[in-house]
Amino acid sequence: MSTTVTVGLGSCGIAAGANKTYDKIKALKESDNLDFDLKKTSCIGMCYREPLVEIVDDSGTYIYGDVDAERAIEVIEKHVNQHDPIRDFIVYTDLFDAPENDFMNSQVKIVLRNCGYMDPESIEEYEARDGYKAIKRIIEEKIPADQVIDTILKSGIRGRGGGGFPTGLKWKFAKANQSDEKYVICNADEGDPGAFMDRSILEGDPHSVLEGMIIAAYSIGATGGVIYCRAEYPLAIKRLNIALDQARQRGYLGKEILGNKDFNFDIYIKEGAGAFVCGEETALIASVEGERGMPRKRPPFPAESGLWRKPTNINNVETLNNIPWIVLHGAEAFSKYGTEKSKGTKVFALAGKVRNSGLVEVPMGITINDVIMKLGGGIKNDKKFKAVQLGGPSGGCIPQYLSETIVDYDSVNATGAIMGSGGMVVMDESTCMVDVAKFFLDFTCKESCGKCTFCRVGTVRMLEILERITNREGREGDIEKLEELAYEIKDNSLCGLGQTAPNPVLTTIKYFRDEYEAHIVHQKCPAKVCRPLLTYTVDQEKCTGCMVCLKNCPANAITGERKQPHLISQELCTQCGVCYSKCKFDSIILT
Amino acid sequence: MRIARVYKKEAVTEADAIDLTLLDPLIKKYKGKKGNVIPLLQGAQELYGFIPRAAFEHLSAGTGLPLSDMFGVATFYAQFRLKPVGKHIVKVCHGTACHVQNANEITEAIEEALKVKDGETTEDRLFTLESVACLGCCSLAPVMMIGDQTYGKLTGNAAVKVIKNIRLAEKN
Repeated sequence: MSTTVTVGLGSCGIAAGANKTYDKIKALKESDNLDFDLKKTSCIGMCYREPLVEIVDDSGTYIYGDVDAERAIEVIEKHVNQHDPIRDFIVYTDLFDAPENDFMNSQVKIVLRNCGYMDPESIEEYEARDGYKAIKRIIEEKIPADQVIDTILKSGIRGRGGGGFPTGLKWKFAKANQSDEKYVICNADEGDPGAFMDRSILEGDPHSVLEGMIIAAYSIGATGGVIYCRAEYPLAIKRLNIALDQARQRGYLGKEILGNKDFNFDIYIKEGAGAFVCGEETALIASVEGERGMPRKRPPFPAESGLWRKPTNINNVETLNNIPWIVLHGAEAFSKYGTEKSKGTKVFALAGKVRNSGLVEVPMGITINDVIMKLGGGIKNDKKFKAVQLGGPSGGCIPQYLSETIVDYDSVNATGAIMGSGGMVVMDESTCMVDVAKFFLDFTCKESCGKCTFCRVGTVRMLEILERITNREGREGDIEKLEELAYEIKDNSLCGLGQTAPNPVLTTIKYFRDEYEAHIVHQKCPAKVCRPLLTYTVDQEKCTGCMVCLKNCPANAITGERKQPHLISQELCTQCGVCYSKCKFDSIILT
Repeated sequence: MRIARVYKKEAVTEADAIDLTLLDPLIKKYKGKKGNVIPLLQGAQELYGFIPRAAFEHLSAGTGLPLSDMFGVATFYAQFRLKPVGKHIVKVCHGTACHVQNANEITEAIEEALKVKDGETTEDRLFTLESVACLGCCSLAPVMMIGDQTYGKLTGNAAVKVIKNIRLAEKN
């Protein structure tokens, strides 16, 4: 067997310098005429170890982490030329204990089955990994559409975009509506700040999303397909376009698919133009139609009257990616994972103050604590775990003491957060919960389309209150006012954006009310984030008297001689924080 | 992220040096098609870097789409710009992961170094500073993107250094 060297070239890998690593290895291979296959793949989920290089040879599989161009030379020389693997740099292998073995082995990969294991730009490699087998079987064995829908229903899969509506049911409704034209839309408008699983799937395994759409089209009788993808994901769009061309050439798309005379279906990509609200079904449809992306009233639901007023089925990227696997392996194979009401697996994008940030796929029913501590490797710099934010701007913060909550739609909803698309942002003791609530509200406030008054005006009023609180101007009764506004907005908004916009504020009030009170009553920010609430003093022992803070202080509040410890006048200090960020000796104390 | 773009008064009138005939292939391609407003505007922005008033008028005349419809769409989406931007667009990520790892410090440091506010363009038209929602590189937070290049694990000083290097390269 020959040796294969594969470089991970997802967006995260490229950002970490994987292109340079690839170029270096390619140059080495060419200049020294080395005998190995050089391949490209996408993200395998270990974003915190990028750039990653996988070497497969006679002895086994090895993944090297943090391989910059320098380290690449060493790895190729030792491992490939001298057959002497460098144990210190290996992060994963099936041969011995490596640092990330647990990270890889405790996952169940259904959605991410191909991500990082094949070249996303090669349809041959996808086919070699059981790609397009599901749709082939359906057509060849003439499996009726109702039976396919039945399989999806039985598998128990629910929409992975956030809502959690049973996918099979959605298909059933879309099929039941008669029309000469029907559409399948793939919602790839992943706008949640902190969620990047859809991007990784599209970059790493575009064909399985297409296959999912083709199966959906067959089941509901659709004639046209649209992938609505964020324009901020250029690499995903590029790879989708390549995949579409390849699929057309092989007859998986176009007229009379795989010889079935009644099955005509093609897909085109629609680039989103940067509006978070377009993740909402009806707003997305308006945007595809070229209008302002504003939601419409439901009913009628898209299954009845969607794109161009025709029956339309909209599924999220991750949902569609599951479909070929379910058809191929059967409903039971899927539903054996998970809890009673939430079946299968879920991909989470771990980020924030967690040691291993990246993509993980776990069976539903695992505890949040396990995800963060076992897969995430715990909190960075050994700080204290405080809360985890699930569901982005529509979700909420789950405090540490509820971290035994299991991952399924209903359990997460019970805490006040939502499963959402799967962004999991971990926060430690140095994160201020009022600041986090303000951050999310600021986001939804800017993204509100302006159709419903409560969402348009209400979020602004809430944001003003939060800004006051973090600016030392909090008043008694502010918390109650926030709650009142929150419920009004939830009750009086048309779409998901407004109905969930107050969630981050409500959950932080619910679980961290004391922090709000500390801001308002005691005028302190316990996490030391909100600058106007801090007191700045100089550590007289550490201060070297370099005069940098003194020169930079805009309020001239700092006094002192060169090489003598300085002093900050609390009367003149405006709490701007310049001294803190300029001091090279950590001698400004925040209290 | 929808940001309030602050525009300085333009000394240059925008009509100068705009070749409107560049739009004609676009008009030919999309005229009369369903849902064509967004691709038309995206195409126009691709050509000029922003959508000048004259381009709106030319597109409207060529396709029969009402000006008000096109302007309504252009102002709804964050992607469309109605004023020229700098040669390099500095996109500082303010996604959740970057926010909790102090993305504000990056924006503030660049604001100070370039002497512009978020959303503004420097006087020499070299840089435009923008905040964006999420670049999807959460594991490298805090992150910024200039052109196709993403810079991760930044500090205020590191970000300013990157900008200074670009400015230096431009001068030579």
